[in-house]
Amino acid sequence: MTARRSWRERLEFIDRRWLFLILAFAIVLPLVVDLPLPLYVSPMVQDLYDAIEDLPDGSTVLISADYDPSGKPELEPFHLALIHQLAEKKIKMVMYSLWPAATPITEAVLAEAGLTTDYGYRKDVDYVLLGYKEGQQIAMRSIQKSLKGTFPVNRDGTPSNEIPLLQHYDTYTDFAMLINVSAGSPGVKEYVQNVQSITGVPMVAACTAVSGPDYVPYYKAGQLLGLAAGMKGAAEYEKLVGRPGLAMAGMSAQSASHMLLIAFIVFGNVMYFLARRSGGAR
Amino acid sequence: MKRAVPWLLTFVAGALMINDFFVPHRTHAAITQELQQWGLIVVAFTYVLGMANVFDLHFKKIRRGSSEALYSIVLVGSMLGMAALGIFHDHQGEQSPFIWLYNTVYDPLSATMFALLAFFITSAAYRAFRARSTEAVLLLSAAILVMLGQVPVGAAIWGPDSFLGGFPGLKDWIMDVPNLAGKRAILMGAALGAISTGIRVILGLERAHLGGGK
Repeated sequence: MTARRSWRERLEFIDRRWLFLILAFAIVLPLVVDLPLPLYVSPMVQDLYDAIEDLPDGSTVLISADYDPSGKPELEPFHLALIHQLAEKKIKMVMYSLWPAATPITEAVLAEAGLTTDYGYRKDVDYVLLGYKEGQQIAMRSIQKSLKGTFPVNRDGTPSNEIPLLQHYDTYTDFAMLINVSAGSPGVKEYVQNVQSITGVPMVAACTAVSGPDYVPYYKAGQLLGLAAGMKGAAEYEKLVGRPGLAMAGMSAQSASHMLLIAFIVFGNVMYFLARRSGGAR
Repeated sequence: MKRAVPWLLTFVAGALMINDFFVPHRTHAAITQELQQWGLIVVAFTYVLGMANVFDLHFKKIRRGSSEALYSIVLVGSMLGMAALGIFHDHQGEQSPFIWLYNTVYDPLSATMFALLAFFITSAAYRAFRARSTEAVLLLSAAILVMLGQVPVGAAIWGPDSFLGGFPGLKDWIMDVPNLAGKRAILMGAALGAISTGIRVILGLERAHLGGGK
């Protein structure tokens, strides 16, 4: 017959599925019940927004969207707000990806933003979608020599030499800015090391929350003019652009989940110290 | 000969690519551009090699009829199916079968796998994040402050206009000072390590990548 467990032991060794259930509620409830919370805009995101605002209307930027569906919740809201900010300034865009699963996401973002339908952008004249290129850092370095050489055709198969928008743009330094939306490698770090530090092209980036601390040194060194990290960064950017979207909607859920995690850490440690006092801690 | 030729190729390619940073001559730029194009083509071939490896591994499992054979059949079938749809059908637009599979199968499965992390972190937060030492207490305190400063509820509890900038201000300080110092040290250390390894490979002092020996 097994000894009856004390309430402390039962709490310490609680079935983790209860924890999962509590977390699920903490995430879903704020999505259903609206909880208005103040959103503080960090200097990194403000600088990113300002850097794009300072671009002359009608200039042309290069966008490398390097993420896949696993990074969508954090990066797609930023990507969408970015297209809105650029389109409102009539900035032309040349887009490609170094991640194989990213191009369909970019197409969906352009459609959702209404780039052609609402803003009147013309394909290959006001924006170009070059698609995916394998090669990671080699592809980055190759674009520095020739964008058209690296992408001989665009996503539709049109030869790059025949695309009107690309007639005067062929290397990073021809563009007013390089914008990287990245969920990992190849991404921000590789662009800073292989492109920005060599060419000096103005660069801003959005990344996942977990990568944010890794890229802060590049922002502080001035290699990145601005940085939006994670869903929080995307929410701040949505606020600045004036297009509240999925990131701002997710902030209350993220707040609740963070509070719950903190509560679990504190509670777990209280259990640990109680167990240690009674001589049972490992 | 088996080792000298690959080493010579490594040396020439490596030296050319390093010189590319310092030599602005047109001919040199054309050579390195050509080398980069070769690199892109070689990388594309690695996909063929990767696919051959996947087929080899999973056909063996299917032939053996192991308990994992069903997963192997699904994997090989999915790979061949997506490749065939991408090659022989239109792979753009909502109507294409390739994009339909991407949107309805790959996208939600991939997002689900990533979302599961939240549940594992929750379990770890409850069971593993223990204040066993002074360093662990510092780590936990920093983690809690950053987590509070990172979300709007932190600013609602102790706002940026308060003393020390509230939770957002403390979070920014942790990220900008101790985190930045640590990250810079790691970056510089890793860069120096990569440079020294690169030089050793180019000079032939490091030959592990050539295989076939100690």
